Amino acid sequence: MSPLEWLASVCFILGCSLNLIAAIGALRFPDLLARMHAATKPQVLGLILTMAGLAASLGSSQLTWKLLIVVLFQFMTAPVSAHMVGRSGYRTGKVRDEDLVVDELTEDLRRVQQADTQPPTS
Amino acid sequence: MSPIVLWVGGLMLAAAALLIVVRIERGPSMLDRTIGLDMLVSVVVAALALWSGATGRTDLVNVLVVLTLVGFVGSVTLARFVAVEPEDEGRILTPEEVRAHDDRMRAAIAKESKRRVGGREDAMRRAYPEDEDPR
Repeated sequence: MSPLEWLASVCFILGCSLNLIAAIGALRFPDLLARMHAATKPQVLGLILTMAGLAASLGSSQLTWKLLIVVLFQFMTAPVSAHMVGRSGYRTGKVRDEDLVVDELTEDLRRVQQADTQPPTS
Repeated sequence: MSPIVLWVGGLMLAAAALLIVVRIERGPSMLDRTIGLDMLVSVVVAALALWSGATGRTDLVNVLVVLTLVGFVGSVTLARFVAVEPEDEGRILTPEEVRAHDDRMRAAIAKESKRRVGGREDAMRRAYPEDEDPR
């Protein structure tokens, strides 16, 4: 096997194992946010690895550009869906407070609520 | 690319898809299932890439482009319209609970049909008179 084929094989195996690890994480993690954390890994790093492997095994510059576009699209769409899922999870009470180390959103919302209820002192 | 890579990667992806389907079935909320669907899309993308690399089929690259563009639409739509669910809603009932519910409904329907012709809503209200959440 040529070095390029070795590179492709390693990239493919790493990407596929990242998918498997993320699936195990999504199955075993206890919380919505923890499952989101696990789900992000194959979506970005796993995709980059498999696309790099595919580019190395196909060996055509035109297709490599197309695979770069695939990664770019994923970079644009994955944060959108993660943001929406996290936001609606927070709003519908699926985020457990006791599991969070830092929860700035709740503090900010409380501060806004206090500012709304108290009239300005000056 | 050697067939060993195809087999090892394919088996890993199959196991991953199976575990994700288990997560989608368990839920417990709509958003967990949404995450599962997102991950399933990424598994499909990886499988297509693997197949394309193994067989040299370059037409599958276009499918990858479309999948990464469209894959997030479902989860965004679901997340936009998700509402506060009751605590127990995503759970699948145990056989005992289903049997108890059926018995209760049957008794209520029998009672109702003796008096007058009643609809399912009437029977539901009769089966669970004090609950605010009839199942």
